[in-house]
Amino acid sequence: MAIDSIKDKAAIVGIGVVDFSTDIGRTEWYTACQAIKLAAEEAGVNIDDIDGMVKSVDDGPDPTYTGKGLGIDNLLYHSENHWGTSAMMNAVHAVAGGLCNYCVYYQTAHRASGPEKCISDFLVAREFRDDSLDMVRYDYFSPFGLIGEPGYVAMMYRRYMHETGIKPEQLGWVPIVASENAARNTNAIFFDKSITIDDYMQSKLIADPIRELDCAPKVDGSIAIVITTPERAKALKQEPVIINSVASGYALEGQNYTSYTRDVITDLPEMENMAKELYRVGGMGPKDIKVAMLDDTFAPYVPMQLEALGFCGKGEAPAFIEGGDKIRVGGQLPVNPDGGEIGQGRFITTRIVEAVRQIRGTSTNQVANTDTVLVASGAGGPADGMICRKE
Amino acid sequence: MSVEYNADQKIPHPAMWGVLYKSSTPFWDGVKEKRVMLQRCKSCGYWLNPPRPMCPKCRSQESEWVAAKGTGKIYSWVTFNESPHSAFKTPYEAVLVELDEGPRIVSNVVGINSDELEIGMPVEVTFEDVAEDLTLPKFKKVG
Amino acid sequence: MVMEYNPKIPTLRPYIDPDNQGFWDGVREHRLVIQKCKDCGLVIHRPRPMCPRCLSTEREWTPSMGKGVIYAYVNVIYQNAGYPGIKAPYSVVVVEITEGVRILANLYDIEPEGVRIGTPVEICFDDIADDLTLPKFKRLNS
Repeated sequence: MAIDSIKDKAAIVGIGVVDFSTDIGRTEWYTACQAIKLAAEEAGVNIDDIDGMVKSVDDGPDPTYTGKGLGIDNLLYHSENHWGTSAMMNAVHAVAGGLCNYCVYYQTAHRASGPEKCISDFLVAREFRDDSLDMVRYDYFSPFGLIGEPGYVAMMYRRYMHETGIKPEQLGWVPIVASENAARNTNAIFFDKSITIDDYMQSKLIADPIRELDCAPKVDGSIAIVITTPERAKALKQEPVIINSVASGYALEGQNYTSYTRDVITDLPEMENMAKELYRVGGMGPKDIKVAMLDDTFAPYVPMQLEALGFCGKGEAPAFIEGGDKIRVGGQLPVNPDGGEIGQGRFITTRIVEAVRQIRGTSTNQVANTDTVLVASGAGGPADGMICRKE
Repeated sequence: MSVEYNADQKIPHPAMWGVLYKSSTPFWDGVKEKRVMLQRCKSCGYWLNPPRPMCPKCRSQESEWVAAKGTGKIYSWVTFNESPHSAFKTPYEAVLVELDEGPRIVSNVVGINSDELEIGMPVEVTFEDVAEDLTLPKFKKVG
Repeated sequence: MVMEYNPKIPTLRPYIDPDNQGFWDGVREHRLVIQKCKDCGLVIHRPRPMCPRCLSTEREWTPSMGKGVIYAYVNVIYQNAGYPGIKAPYSVVVVEITEGVRILANLYDIEPEGVRIGTPVEICFDDIADDLTLPKFKRLNS
């Protein structure tokens, strides 16, 4: 059955979140099964009716294991994709195209408790795997000590500071607002109160000009999302969250976090390409978005995404974030009301969870009248995104 | 500032697995002969940086390696205050140099203090033997 | 006994995690224990975090009598088809024990030519090294 568009053809009907921790004390197999069970229960979907699974590449056990663990007998569809909304794209296509009825997307990663503990069923540590076989990193960066993501982003960000004039006193508002929001989210374990601009300026310049507070910390967590068609959603327990559109974007000469050979290295062409398609498919534009869930694995990417996604003009982002008023709950464009990854730890799927809660009206940091949320991921590399809306 | 290494630690080598990636080999062979080699498309002249088997502009698979002059400008840098690898003493800089021919490469500086670094500063290549089996191209002030 | 190990190439160790720790603790103490669901009683092997029947995560380790029959086997004849630290030929068997689950292991006292499906066997334990005990099966009542 051919469809000409996936616009509004899928809905999120359940979310399952295992409490985040810096040492969760259980295997990834355990918490993946736990999250999927929680999500199915919340949705009112029988585990036996789950017939589709999408997992995050490298973040979680294979459907072979989750299927076996949950006793799922009838898996018609399974695939994997990068974290967050790329994987949601698979799930949306699967249910919209009739490949399965109830699809679960899950991300499970115990990055904080260490590579040994997060290996679980796999033999290769995640941290080793992230860098393995990457010719450019090994042959052209590592011998010179350019190692690790804070360093990669810092090289780009110094150039961004040179070209835009952004000051640390402006960028600091990204982690400051994140900490304020995190203080109201019990699952955002890295802040229980908000930080000040002084706290930010004193934060260690681990890879100058990137500060410790600019980086999302490592965390152990597990999240699962249940997706089905809007028609099937009507019979389930929760208010359905309609997926208006989902898209991904690439661009030439990309090299995760290190696209140093492009003519311009200080923008996010993948994010711009993704946004064009996202808005085209869903028929929406930046002005229609009430809440933005942006990729804050590293703080500089937040102002860059505001421009790439069309929420402000080129060069306007530093002023947009300064003072925090525009990006706070109640501001012109609330960003990451859950505290972001800076508050919750490095875990992309938290953005989808918060989008769902904002639409349902159940967030601990609820933005009034939220009927559309944009979710973006992949700043610094291949980008992906999703817009969800009230039914 | 110049990079200082911890004597008992192994500096990451380009041949991490005992095998140099085929695409990188001419660059590192050139370094052994104290030259900065760059790959270029034979059909349209596009610089292939990082090296690769096909030109992304004209899709030709014929390429050549040419020696760069060795001069360029500082395009950006990062100062590590927390060492990401046991071989490197902090603080140290990793720099991104835009060679005069156009391509940019990551490297280190020699004899330039942190507070002297400026975007656009002219530099020229020098070669440093950092280990018995490893020479690295680095950049110093011109002249 | 029938397995010959090359001390220069150590046998691979099992990866022990919170889900399977109880099984390997038992092996070290020369006891075969199997995972059992506390809520619905389902006995299952290999260990896993959740009961596939009732989805409970409450589990316990129940002792097994260790008796069963050879359900399937492979004889590794050529050295380069097997593990370099174990001298070929050797056998790997799947034994279905009376509790209803299947265990994969080696044989203690039957040569590859003598392995048959259906042969009654029972559990035994081999202390291969200071830090490695492996379960094995031997002919019943031998």
